[in-house]
Amino acid sequence: MRAGAEPWRDPDAVPYVRIEGVTKRFGGFVAVDDLSLEIHRGELFALLGGSGSGKTTLLRLLAGFEAPDRGRILIDGQDMTGVPPHARPVNMMFQSYALFPHMTVAKNVAFGLVQDGVPRAVRDERVAEVLDLVQMREFAARRPDQLSGGQKQRVALARSLVKRPKLLLLDEPLGALDKRLRERTQFELMAIQDRLGITFVMVTHDQEEAMTMADRLAIMNRGRVAQIGTPAEVYEYPNDRFCAEFVGDVNLFEAQVTEAGADRTRLACEAAGCAIEVEQGAPAPVGAWCWVAVRPEKMAIAKVPPPDDGAPVNRAAGIVRDVRYTGDLYVYRVELDAGATVRVTAPNLTRRTDMPVAWDDRVWITWSPLGGAVLTR
Amino acid sequence: MSAPAPAPSAPRASSAGRRLALAIPYVWLLLFFLLPFLIVLKISLSEGTLGAPPYLPLLGRDADGAWRLTLSFAGWSHLLDDDLYRDALIGSLRIAAVSTVLCLLLGYPMAYGIARARGTRRTILLMLVVLPFWTSFLIRVYAWTGILRTNGVLNALLLWLGLIDRPLAILNTDVAVYIGIVYSYLPFMILPLYAALERLDDTLLEAAADLGCRPWQAFLRVTLPLSLPGVIAGSMLVFIPAVGEFVIPELLGGPDTLMIGKVLWTEFAANNDWPLAAALAAALLVVLVLPILLFQHVRRREEGA
Repeated sequence: MRAGAEPWRDPDAVPYVRIEGVTKRFGGFVAVDDLSLEIHRGELFALLGGSGSGKTTLLRLLAGFEAPDRGRILIDGQDMTGVPPHARPVNMMFQSYALFPHMTVAKNVAFGLVQDGVPRAVRDERVAEVLDLVQMREFAARRPDQLSGGQKQRVALARSLVKRPKLLLLDEPLGALDKRLRERTQFELMAIQDRLGITFVMVTHDQEEAMTMADRLAIMNRGRVAQIGTPAEVYEYPNDRFCAEFVGDVNLFEAQVTEAGADRTRLACEAAGCAIEVEQGAPAPVGAWCWVAVRPEKMAIAKVPPPDDGAPVNRAAGIVRDVRYTGDLYVYRVELDAGATVRVTAPNLTRRTDMPVAWDDRVWITWSPLGGAVLTR
Repeated sequence: MSAPAPAPSAPRASSAGRRLALAIPYVWLLLFFLLPFLIVLKISLSEGTLGAPPYLPLLGRDADGAWRLTLSFAGWSHLLDDDLYRDALIGSLRIAAVSTVLCLLLGYPMAYGIARARGTRRTILLMLVVLPFWTSFLIRVYAWTGILRTNGVLNALLLWLGLIDRPLAILNTDVAVYIGIVYSYLPFMILPLYAALERLDDTLLEAAADLGCRPWQAFLRVTLPLSLPGVIAGSMLVFIPAVGEFVIPELLGGPDTLMIGKVLWTEFAANNDWPLAAALAAALLVVLVLPILLFQHVRRREEGA
């Protein structure tokens, strides 16, 4: 989706895919629980969740492999209730790729076109075109068992794109690839999606993947949507502790509201040993217990104490218990005097091989009122 | 070099062991297939005689003590002269081919059903397929005479149901032979088919549906081609023994049922013409080995592609 195009903010925009109150049970287990969701044309939408969160079931409901027990799904205005998978304007890229082992790459890709009775000349042209797109043309005559994981992934993508579906479903599309290949493929996939303008719905358990690729993402938990938004919205404004912890790392402090302003909340936190100020309207009255979420990169670490300006706010002292050096970052685990253990990251700004902050150093942690978020759940 | 060279004995011993393990099937084939076949071939080229054994040695000494090789092609030429043998061979191939097709038509849905079944259901169904092997083959075939004869169980049932008003003559006809062969060899069709279908990944069928296949189209384009090795293996396991089948046509077939196994038995036991019978057996082997070689050839070419 082009930068700046955000149809989900437009109240008049007609969503391309509507999921309306869908429930799916397997025996006593509720896989998808009264879930509603709207996806817009051309969006790259990610369903992010752990195993058993219902994300794959939702994808299979969209593909038509499962029928909802309640609710309905509309794609481009068409009610999909009772429409079998073969008749849906939807294609899926399977997690296992599901390439037909008895067919060459070209025949695999042509499979859907043959089924639709597309004339041979047109078929060959479209197969060549889509194989070019995924840079697999030279492998057209190979069989799936002669391909590497990354090559199979490309063929599977080509096969699901060749019919030009209204909606492309991707089930953990990059799950089987190693880290480096996965990163490269992420950008290729985004470029292809941008070029073709097809709406993508992607299932992933990898929050980094969802953050990097998606226009919007839905965090799923126990068959429901825990939060929906752009990657930045979800990362910076988590709805609750589950979302805060699921996407990225976070330090959570249990704290009691002491001042509830319209755009500023002050809380008392015993575990941090200081008052916490957050630039955010109070979500709960004075005296209520909340949680404050502060991401590790929003905290600063220093060996010298910050200038003392009265009662400590957003400031705690502690001892470094662990340092992890990843090259680009230092990751510190700091045990605060008040008892809590926090995780702080610092970018590695200059070339040096000694540690700016080392094990057992006495350090001071500070963060801005803009760095934290108050959560009631 | 100061480091001691690695002891070569260990890998050599294991490679010798491997060679021995690989040699066992070849030794087995040599002892129990090639050697008997050569004996049969030798008998087919010997001169018949009255006595025990009813043929003369190929290599013998003359009255004056000189070694002499006596070859006789009487058995082989008799085979070509008399239409009986050609007809019996064609009859056998026809009956075996029809039985194989019937087994495939019956066995495929059964194997498919078993492969789709889950857990204990599948185990029970598989057990039921193998269950008949717990009784002697001969007894099972013999039992069919009781079912199929004019006053047998089947006719009694059909009469009682009012489907027929006169008993059907099934026993001692080709129909009875078909029933007997299909009944006896069905497990040999089902088991390889089951093995091929059981390995089939369900997501392949979902992928086919996703790409526009109705269930029957997915079956034709994915399931069937992927189960083809099972179809071929099962068909060979039924067809090859069915061609040489002797017991079933003997017990269930009639005087018109012309099958090579029966003819072979008659030549050996009743006519005591061992050279002819041996020639017949050798000819049958050639007819049966050809399709196997063809199958192997096709498979190797497919794997190479």
